[in-house]
Amino acid sequence: MNNSLILIVVSGALINNVVLNQFLGICSFLGVSKQMKASASLGCAVIFVMTIASAVASILYDLILEPFGLQFMKTIVFILVIAALVQIVEMYLKKNSPAVYKSLGIFLPLITTNCAVLGVALTNVQSEYNFIESVLAGFGTAVGFTIAIVLLASIRSRIREQDLPAPLRGAPIVLISAALMSIAFMGFSGLSF
Amino acid sequence: MMNKYVERLYNGLIKENPTLVLMLGMCPTLAVSTRAVNGIGMGLSTTAVLILSNLVISLLRKSIPDEVRLPSYIVIVASLVTVTELLMEAYVPTVYEALGIYIPLIVVNCIILGRAEAYANKNTPLLSVMDGLGMGLGFTIALTLAGLVREVLGNGTAFGLQVLPKGVEPMGIFVQPPGAFLVIALFIIIMNAIGIKTRQKQLVEGCDGCCAACASAATCTSKTEEAAK
Repeated sequence: MNNSLILIVVSGALINNVVLNQFLGICSFLGVSKQMKASASLGCAVIFVMTIASAVASILYDLILEPFGLQFMKTIVFILVIAALVQIVEMYLKKNSPAVYKSLGIFLPLITTNCAVLGVALTNVQSEYNFIESVLAGFGTAVGFTIAIVLLASIRSRIREQDLPAPLRGAPIVLISAALMSIAFMGFSGLSF
Repeated sequence: MMNKYVERLYNGLIKENPTLVLMLGMCPTLAVSTRAVNGIGMGLSTTAVLILSNLVISLLRKSIPDEVRLPSYIVIVASLVTVTELLMEAYVPTVYEALGIYIPLIVVNCIILGRAEAYANKNTPLLSVMDGLGMGLGFTIALTLAGLVREVLGNGTAFGLQVLPKGVEPMGIFVQPPGAFLVIALFIIIMNAIGIKTRQKQLVEGCDGCCAACASAATCTSKTEEAAK
């Protein structure tokens, strides 16, 4: 039992990395990774939101959608809940912990449009995870996102000093770096418990 | 008169091709382009949602209050996606299985909200439908092209038919996740080399590359800059 819970976290973070393997949240992965500090903050904000969103989505699905046979409404419900949730979290943080808000708050609106959050909520339902498994899957996935974006940001800080052929500058070299990272992460698929 | 409608198609297919020029909707492009057929399936389902969402939003453009327009758009798009999802599950179960979670994720495809915000809420229903059709087909073509390249290189087949000679070993990496990044990088390199201007700067230099016209573009650009300081 414990093993399978650990597996969910590890699989979310490394084996099925959300960005490098499932291509969710590519926009912020490529867009924000320009800055190391911003990447780390975004990563933390994603961990925060994705864990809460998975928990709320799981509760709603198990207690409301499923008993009433409304499973087909899940896309609409989840996207609205996530958007509202992000707003509430932002307001709460602003009022109660200005320090946290200062470092994470600015990234919260960005996360609403991050497809990874909706993706995790939907995957959890598809894999028929219970509440605890959903929360862990959300947490693991978000950790995976953070690892990927921080790594890419560090690679990009090195790339900036290189003299590249003109056609490679900008997006192509970033995508190629992401491809190499993705190859490296494929190695994790050999992990087993 | 007719020209305006044809111009919309040209605009979506070539001039502002959402994937290759505007660099929108990268997630589905990378994710489902493992096979050319998947590209067509994903492209056409997105096109259907895009045409309908443009139509509905354009019809309602005068009655939706400005302050709540984004939540309204999201609800409209999410409903249309749910309808599409159910129809696909019923009539094309194989495509539905292959695309999996990426069908509900059409909701967060930036192309759709982007077009709603940039075009449909300012223009007549008929023009908006043509805009949706043009953009949707442009997306479909780009996705199919990426799928075709990956399928030929990685599997030796095109649309399921063997094209590489039997003796040539396909490079499996191209149908694996890294291949997606490589093929898209290759496309941009080619476009750079022949001098077609893309908006890739936005893709790598701020979140507005994705949500160019969408929800939090204004907030997120200024806020990322703020964060960078």
